[in-house]
Formats: sequence, C-alpha cells, structure tokens
Amino acid sequence: MGITERRIEDAGLMRGIAALTPERIEKVVKAVTEGEAGARLKVYYETCMRCGLCAKACHYCISHDGEPDYSPVGKMEQTMWRLLREGGRVSPDVIYDMAQIAYTECNLCRRCIHYCPIGIDTGYVISLVRRICHRLGVTPRYMQDTAHSHAATFNQMWVKEDEWVDSLIWQEDEARSEIPTMRIPLEVEGADILYSVIAPEPKFRTQLIYQAAVIMDQAGVSWTMPATPGWDNSDMAMFSGDSEVMGRIKRAHFELAQRLRVKRIVMGECGHAFRSIYDVGNRWLGWKMHPVPVVHSVEFFWELFDQGKIKLAKRFEEPVTIHDPCNIVRGRGLMDKLREVVHALCPNVVEMTPNREHNFCCCAGGGVINCGPPFKGVRVEGNRIKAEQLKATGVKTVIAPCHNCHGGLEDIIHHYKLGMHTKFLGDIIYDCMEKPGAV
Amino acid sequence: MQAFYNLLIGPGAWIAFAVFLGGCAWRLSTMGALARRKDMVAVAYMESKHSLNSIMHWVTPFATLGWRENPAMTVATFAFHISIVLLALFAPGHAIMWDYAFGVGVWALPEAVADILTIVALAACGFFAWRRLSDPTVSFVTRPMDWLVLGLAAVPLLTGILAKYVMTQNLVFATLHVLSGEAMLVALPFTRLSHAVFSVFTRAYIGSEFGAVRHCKDW
Repeated sequence: MGITERRIEDAGLMRGIAALTPERIEKVVKAVTEGEAGARLKVYYETCMRCGLCAKACHYCISHDGEPDYSPVGKMEQTMWRLLREGGRVSPDVIYDMAQIAYTECNLCRRCIHYCPIGIDTGYVISLVRRICHRLGVTPRYMQDTAHSHAATFNQMWVKEDEWVDSLIWQEDEARSEIPTMRIPLEVEGADILYSVIAPEPKFRTQLIYQAAVIMDQAGVSWTMPATPGWDNSDMAMFSGDSEVMGRIKRAHFELAQRLRVKRIVMGECGHAFRSIYDVGNRWLGWKMHPVPVVHSVEFFWELFDQGKIKLAKRFEEPVTIHDPCNIVRGRGLMDKLREVVHALCPNVVEMTPNREHNFCCCAGGGVINCGPPFKGVRVEGNRIKAEQLKATGVKTVIAPCHNCHGGLEDIIHHYKLGMHTKFLGDIIYDCMEKPGAV
Repeated sequence: MQAFYNLLIGPGAWIAFAVFLGGCAWRLSTMGALARRKDMVAVAYMESKHSLNSIMHWVTPFATLGWRENPAMTVATFAFHISIVLLALFAPGHAIMWDYAFGVGVWALPEAVADILTIVALAACGFFAWRRLSDPTVSFVTRPMDWLVLGLAAVPLLTGILAKYVMTQNLVFATLHVLSGEAMLVALPFTRLSHAVFSVFTRAYIGSEFGAVRHCKDW
C-alpha cells in the first residue's frame, strides 16, 4: 500500500495544500534545496546508491514486513529525491503525501546511520523535507499548534507565565509536607545549576517537578528554576521545520541561563529537548557548541551517584528493562551512564536486543507523537518491532528517561496488550533514595 | 578497427584520464567550496580521529551493523570493489597499457588471479542486478541512473574476459573493452559513480558528528 492509499486526513495538511499552487511549490522547493541546503544534500542525492541496506534499520519498515516505501531510502525517494529529480514541479497532493511521510513516518532517530556505507544522514534529508513543508504552510495541525505555542509563549503548551510559577510553588507546597525545609529555588542568580523542563511537566506531569525538587534538595545541589519565559527547553519548531522559531526559543533559553549566571543547564528526562539544545538549536544560532554547558538528567543522576550525593534506602527489586532514547544515546552516547544508574537502582535488569546505540526508537520521537491523534495508528502500527522487543524481556517495568519515549511506549504497550508500564529514572530514584530531611 | 582501437588506446586514453582526473578535481573543489559556503554548520565539526575511525570500520567487512545484517551484500560489495580496483590498476593487459600509453611500469597480477577477480566482480554485478530486480526494497528505489552505473562497471569486465578468451582473433571485444573502460572513467566524476570520490568525505563527516559531538559510534 503506497502513501496515497494510506493517506490520513489532517486539518492542517488539508488547509495547507488548499493554498498551494505549482509555482509556489517549485519556488519554495528551490529556495530550500538551492538556497538553504548545500553540498551535503547534493552529495547525498548523487551518491545514495539505492542499495536498500537501510531497510533493515527502520522500525517502520520492519514492522510493516519490509514494505519498501517505509524504508529510509524509500522515504527519501518519495520525498526529497523526487523533488530534486523533478525540480520541485509536483502537485499539492504530492506535497500532502510527502508531508505525511516526513512528519509521521520518520522519527529522525538516525538508526539508519548504522546501515549506510556512504554515511547518508536520512534524518537531515527528512528534516529538509519538513522545512519545505513548513515554508509551504503544510504542517500537521497538532504539531503546528505546538509550534504556535512556542512562538507566542516560549513554551509548547500555552502555559502562562503565572501558571508556570504557580505550578512550582504548588509543588513546593506539596513537597514541604514530606520535607518541611524544602524549597524550589526561583531565580537564584549564581546557582550552580539551572534546572529546565519541558512544558508537559507543569501541564500534566507535575509530579516530575516534585520528584526532581526532592532529589536536588536532598542531594544538596545548588540549583534554581527560572520564573520567566525560556524555562521550557522543548522544541517542536525544530521538528516542524520552523527554524526561525526554534532559534528564538533556544536563544531565550540560553540567555535565561546566562542572566542567572548558572554554571550549567541540567535538563529533565527529555530526549528531543536535549537534541534541540545540545545539537541543533545552538548551530542555528551560530554557536558551535552550546554557550552554557548542557547536561541531561541521566548524566546528572550518574554524577550524583558517582559523587555519593544520593544514597539508597532500598532498591527497586522488580525486574526492569532499559529503553535507550535515540536523542541521548545516538545523540549523546549516554548508554553506559544510563546503565550504571539503572544497575545502581535495580538488581534485576533484562536487556532488550538490539540495545544501546543500536536501539529501536519508541516511534513517538521526531515530533511524530506531536502530530496528534490522527496519526496515533501510524506510530503504533509502525513499531510492532518494539512491542516484540519489550514482550521478549518478560518484565513488567521499562525504564525510559525521555518524555516522548514514555508516550510512545505507553501507547505501544496498550495497543499490543503487553501489560507493562514505563518509569522515569526520577520516579525510581525518588522512591528508593534516602531522604534525610523527610518527616 | 585497428585504427579505431589505436585511437582509443592512444589519444583516447589520454582524454579519458584527463576528463577523469580533471573531473574529479573539479567536482571535489567545487563541492568543497559549496560546503564551506553553505555547510559550515557541518564542516566545522569534521576532525581526523573520528573520521578515520569511522572510515576504518566501514572498509572492514562485517565491522558495522549494516554489514553484519546484510551478509550477502557485504561479501558482494567488498568482492566487487576490491576486484575492480585491483583489476583497473594491475590487470596484466593494463600493465602493458600503463607502459604503452603513459610510460609507467607497474606490477601486474598473475593471469589466473586476474581472471578469478574478473569473474568474482562480474558475479557481484550479477548479484547487484538480481537484487535490483527481485528485492522490493531495492527495486522500489532503483532508477535508470542505477542501471547505468551498474552497466558502466560491468561492461568493461565482461568485454575484458570475452576479448581474452572468446573472441581473440579480432579486436571487437578488445575495442569495446577499452571504450567501456574509458566511458567508466569519464562518467565517474559526473554520475552516481562519484561515490568513489565523495564517500570518503560523507563518511568522515558523519563519523565526526557521531564521534565528536554525539559521542557514539556510527557503525
């Protein structure tokens, strides 16, 4: 079944193509492929040998029994390679199909890098397709709403400034019933660490702020949370192709850290936000590396254990498996530190195969889950292989230190009736650590 | 026929090599300039240690996940590339031609080894063609350019062995062999065969990204 036969109705994509003309498509395609892109795209297009080795890399392709239009090269062929071959002279309907492929059938997980002898970065090519779609105004409605939220509020969930601060104070109040001396430091200039989270935390996973605050407090860390926009490190604009908004929100984030004169930014357990701050947003802004050191919480937790700042009152005895989030494993090589932390907490770890940098993606990342309910089936059916991996472990708990992975894995677990549940490292650390200040 | 053959192995060889070398130099220099102008966001991260690490893994059979999970393709790819490079440089007939055309003396492969390498490379071409036709993930993305470059690689091999063993009395296959070999040289910088010159850089780049920024192997 080709992409046209499996087209899914999305209000944003439909509205977008309704405003397109062939001339505009051609102009925008050329503006991106010839104006924005350069040698990388040219060489990738010319030297992709169409060998198909990457088909075995992609969870979508494997989960659809090797259907060729789900392979990484198949997706590039139906999108960017076709645009280049035809000089951008394609119809609005074709742009719809390309948008559906680029936004919902590729997680930009980069697993295919491990399969391509030439070293073609499919994630980069598909990101450029998204850039074209963005510039054409053809973006999935839910994702675009998130990007609009970034543009208007500097966070992805329309959280108002007072709501943010109120959420922090609320969690501080809650936590003080457990640890009476506990504070969530706000706007402390010169603190060692700026702790930043994604907007879903204040919006609907508020307990994670509570847990992180307890961990920071009981480990004796010098930290602060910000009270002004820029506190949200997430970035759906990066995935929608809206590089301009991505640049604005990353600048706000880095400048917030610089205003507070912190030594480094520690991020909550989120993968895509890490990619944005550590790898992508900084480059758009012209920094080779991020201007303030950026540490993912997996590494931060590892440091706390390594320095003996966290002591355990108990361990999590139930068998667990570890999900390696693409953006911190293929994006930062945290697979060993993740395992060291998990093994410190859990005596019974059952590994998935393949794992570490060869892991299969959760199928939610790359903005796919943010394309919303219309495309839920795409990512659930597109990741049967992960369900099989999870099932084969025989455990009930999967540790996934990433928000999107949680969302994606929970949906897979539910759909394939695996009877498992997901946990953040913070969940288990909070549960098992000694809390000397607790009453 | 003899005159045409002489033309091919004389001025033809000079022209083919000039286009090949000049074309490669031109493609590399213009692409390098484009990369420095438009892709500094990538070029800035390139460095030698991780580049070499990546390249060394990918030129070693079965040293990467992609090679390990595609064993038949791995064997065919390495057999083909090693054979065609050795034959191009050191086939006994070519050794004579190096001397005849350019006055360069080179070591020559023993006849039997050259024959085996030719058959191995041809078998690999047959395997590539079979995959393009029978494997849906490959046929789905195969375009005329892919057949063209496969043909450009296979025809010199086929005509070479035919000229040597099948039609030795006249110059038909010998002429076709030289012609197709020169066509391959001329086409290399300007077709998908350009992966021969560009892949070292694409590999080095992604190796650098993964090694230096992402602290993760790319194999």
